[in-house]
Amino acid sequence: MADLPGDGELTCQGAEVRAGPKTGQGRVLLLACGALAREILALCRANGWDHFDISCLPAILHNHPDRIPQAVRDAVERHRADYDRIFVVYADCGTGGGLQRVCDELGVEMLEGPHCYSFFEGNQAFAAHSETEFTAIYLTDFLVRQFDAFLWKPMGLDRHPQLRDMYFGHYEKLVYQAQTDDPTLTEKARRCAERLGLAFERRFTGYGDLERELAREAQKTLAP
Amino acid sequence: MSDEDDDIILSELDDEELVQQMFDDLYDGLKDEIMEGVNILLDRGWAPYRVLTDALVGGMKIVGDDFRDGILFVPEVLLAANAMKGGMSILKPLLAETGAPTIGKMVIGTVKGDIHDIGKNLVSMMMEGAGFEVVDLGINNPVEDYLDALDKEKADILGMSALLTTTMPYMKVVIDTLIEQGKRDDYIVLVGGAPLNEEFGKAIGADAYCRDAAVAVETAKTMVQRRHNRLSA
Repeated sequence: MADLPGDGELTCQGAEVRAGPKTGQGRVLLLACGALAREILALCRANGWDHFDISCLPAILHNHPDRIPQAVRDAVERHRADYDRIFVVYADCGTGGGLQRVCDELGVEMLEGPHCYSFFEGNQAFAAHSETEFTAIYLTDFLVRQFDAFLWKPMGLDRHPQLRDMYFGHYEKLVYQAQTDDPTLTEKARRCAERLGLAFERRFTGYGDLERELAREAQKTLAP
Repeated sequence: MSDEDDDIILSELDDEELVQQMFDDLYDGLKDEIMEGVNILLDRGWAPYRVLTDALVGGMKIVGDDFRDGILFVPEVLLAANAMKGGMSILKPLLAETGAPTIGKMVIGTVKGDIHDIGKNLVSMMMEGAGFEVVDLGINNPVEDYLDALDKEKADILGMSALLTTTMPYMKVVIDTLIEQGKRDDYIVLVGGAPLNEEFGKAIGADAYCRDAAVAVETAKTMVQRRHNRLSA
């Protein structure tokens, strides 16, 4: 099973990864956000889902949700002849239903939920507190590692730190949704909260609904 | 833009040069320089409304155009807006005193469950710059807040903003409540925010979706004028 490229490459370029022994031999393609690559690969390894290939689009699309539907469409069209089935490992991700419409049109399925913060925590659990926790900003493992690339620099805070309170003045806390137990990452997340001037909360989520949905997909495609 | 301008003494520039320099300073987000420029023009006898429209709004239009064209990005626009805010803080009380023309009144706010206000603040500022009176309700507004303010302020325009796909449907709740109460036609309803589009605006029954602050101003001007024409016909 191949190793993943670094986070920088996942952010800007995406990656092609095989879960099984030989690239291109999987019958199912998981077409995913680069920010989910490590989590998907970890789940494939843990569950022996070696019939999945994984193609990750650049994770930085997270910052440009309007570009996600077309990027997914292009990737599905590029790959579909090579696989029995393609599963899109994106939630709505700020596309306002645009990605679902593309998936419906192409006849492929995608993850349920509004975004990764929701499905990592579990869509139901997240929805239950969404009306009372809207002053929180969320970071996943990947986003903690890539905090500067996804948040600090694109918002110009490296050049204009005085803008911080214009962006985050109404926020109250940073919730680190931990997929893994990693003290170093927790410390980095705490530091992210400090840099934004926010309170810090660590919330262990594991893989949440991502694991459940991939297990369902694996069951469908492994069934005789 | 500003590197070579370090030694410029604003008070030594003639009016035309000073306004051009203020365009550059707005573009570069230089709040202190903008405030200084505003004071110089006022000292030279410019009416507050002329300072606002010729120097500040003119400069922000360049910023807005370059943002639309992908030359400037959000951080730079925010710095420019912050500089304009500095200028506005001097002009606003003077505009009220001098009875500058008001072309309409807008109640604006971010919808319930949403705390993002950068776009809304830009719209508020540009609308004020264009001669509208703006009542800004801030963030996280339930339908009652909008309705109460519209009624109390006798507004012409309702502006709603949302940044999240999860909160933008709340705009329909507000519009539907206006319909239920038979008040929908009393107001021009403008909506905006990053995840919205024209299709969404139409679907929820808004009068227009505004892509950015400059479009909001132009749309508001056109619709208010059309409304006045209709009422006076």
